[in-house]
Amino acid sequence: MLEVIGLSKTFGGLKAVQDASLKVDRGEIVSLIGPNGAGKTTLFAMISGFLKPDSGSVRYGGRDLVGMKPHEICLIGVVRTFQVVQPFANLSVRENIAVGAHARIRSRADALGRAAEIGRRLGMGKMLDQPAGALTVAGRKRLELARALATGPDLLLLDEVMAGLTPTEVSEVVNLVRGIQEAGTTILLIEHVMQAVMSLSDRTYVLNQGRMIAEGTPKSITSTPEVIEAYLGHGAAARIAAQGGGGA
Amino acid sequence: MSERARLMGWALLATVLVLLPFGVTSGRWIDFVELTLFVAVMGQAWNILGGYGGQYSFGHALFFGTAAYIQALLQFRYGISPWVAMWFAAAGSIAVGAFVGYLSFRYGLRGSYFALITLAFAEAFHVLARSLISVTEGGRGVQLALNQDPERAIATFQFTFAGEFLQAYGYYYTILIILLLAYAATWWMERSRFGASLMAVRENEDAAEALGINAFRVKIGAICLSAAIMSMTGVYYVQKFLFVDPGIAYGPSKSVEALFAPIIGGLGTVLGPLLGAFFIHGVGEFAKEAIGAVWEERPGVDLILFGVILILVLGFLPRGLVGLLDTAWRRLTGGRGGHA
Ligand SMILES: Nc1ncnc2c1ncn2[C@@H]1O[C@H](COP(=O)(O)OP(=O)(O)O)[C@@H](O)[C@H]1O
Ligand SMILES: [Mg+2]
Repeated sequence: MLEVIGLSKTFGGLKAVQDASLKVDRGEIVSLIGPNGAGKTTLFAMISGFLKPDSGSVRYGGRDLVGMKPHEICLIGVVRTFQVVQPFANLSVRENIAVGAHARIRSRADALGRAAEIGRRLGMGKMLDQPAGALTVAGRKRLELARALATGPDLLLLDEVMAGLTPTEVSEVVNLVRGIQEAGTTILLIEHVMQAVMSLSDRTYVLNQGRMIAEGTPKSITSTPEVIEAYLGHGAAARIAAQGGGGA
Repeated sequence: MSERARLMGWALLATVLVLLPFGVTSGRWIDFVELTLFVAVMGQAWNILGGYGGQYSFGHALFFGTAAYIQALLQFRYGISPWVAMWFAAAGSIAVGAFVGYLSFRYGLRGSYFALITLAFAEAFHVLARSLISVTEGGRGVQLALNQDPERAIATFQFTFAGEFLQAYGYYYTILIILLLAYAATWWMERSRFGASLMAVRENEDAAEALGINAFRVKIGAICLSAAIMSMTGVYYVQKFLFVDPGIAYGPSKSVEALFAPIIGGLGTVLGPLLGAFFIHGVGEFAKEAIGAVWEERPGVDLILFGVILILVLGFLPRGLVGLLDTAWRRLTGGRGGHA
């Protein structure tokens, strides 16, 4: 469904993403993990048209998304959320979600109706008439998800929608994401919360310092030496292996 | 306030304004209201782009002046009917709006850059109007012939010799009709997909784009609608005063009047510009009267008072007078208000 081929992006001298590739098949939940600053958000921004890659291509439904505008990419079914939430602060929650719904619905009344429906589905029924600016962090994260979902996407790119949530909230959102996937939307998510990554993903990619260093099932990923090194520092894999050996 | 209550409020207000000439016989009061409505239309034009779209223009005179010149010159040079000329006036203003919008929005100019671009364009047109003498008559301005034939009052869109009623109220009703159309358009816009997109772009352009909104197109749409409404004030002005010159057309005063009313009244609300216009003119008149009575002949004192009130409003009423009304309504009804 989505195929990212050899994307690279440099900021000044900093190679934020280097020759990164990944694939997402229809119906999957694929996760993208990696330490802070690895280039995950930058990769999302290139897929969704917010940043132009220096090289590489993004294949989706037979076309190359590189060079397309974000709104065009949204309208063909690929929608991102923002890690740093971007609510329409002076609009109500309902109006916020309706902006997304308008991507497919012209009528104002129908879009507002659809917004309420999606808001309730995501557990925001009580907040529909609050201004988005008054929401808590958890509320704002959920609003990002609701707005994106309201556009009727085929592929959702979720950038750390669970960051900063309590464990209870995380498991709620995990269930929501599962529900969205079951309703037919394919999902690529960036996530640090490993509980969520492990329980949701069919496959996982690991990005480190701009490079894709591993790919596989979430289980197999956590035992890959490169991944352990990326997270825990140089030599960690060897130390863990040594400890494991000592215990046996 | 519920949607129905709001519509009723507007219907009531419109009725009062339509019937005003039958109740108020003082010409001075009618003039006061007429001038207020003129500013309220300019304010709404500005509000569509600035209040709903978040693009603050400092050069709305561009659209007033371009329409005024087209309206005047087509009659002056070619004897074209004012009723035909007004369509060209609107089209000319919209074209200027689209052009300025294209240049600004294509290159992502926002905030103070957009304000400066519009200001610069208004100044450039000011200079052009002054120097392209063969087209615009330069600094002398364009003076239209006064029609003295009552039979042709409607045909010439001039009410000076149009019989008792039209003579007194023709221009009042002209600006009132423009106002009602402009405000109905804004009301509609606020409840449309276009309006929702425009407000989304104002709030956060990146998020709007991510949700499928073509921010560039939406902003171009807003500046064109804004220019179209502003153009009608130019048409009204020329038909009323039969005169336009570079200073009137493109000087800063129209640009400033257009933005004060909605800022004081309440940005991004239908009612705001009208409230703001009444407040500004009310205070202006009051200041002239009151201060004149105490000190006599102190030119400028009213302007100082006006400035102080402006600062107070801006400092203490972030949502303008509409915000104040909204809060008052909530207290009164004890229920939820909702923005007017
Ligand atoms: N617009 C930008 N300009 C300059 N540097 C940037 C920009 N965006 C991201 N970076 C840098 O690129 C690197 C990757 O950032 P990011 O993609 O946000 O990482 P992640 O999402 O994996 O934490 C970081 O070092 C970050 O500072
Ligand atoms: Mg990130």
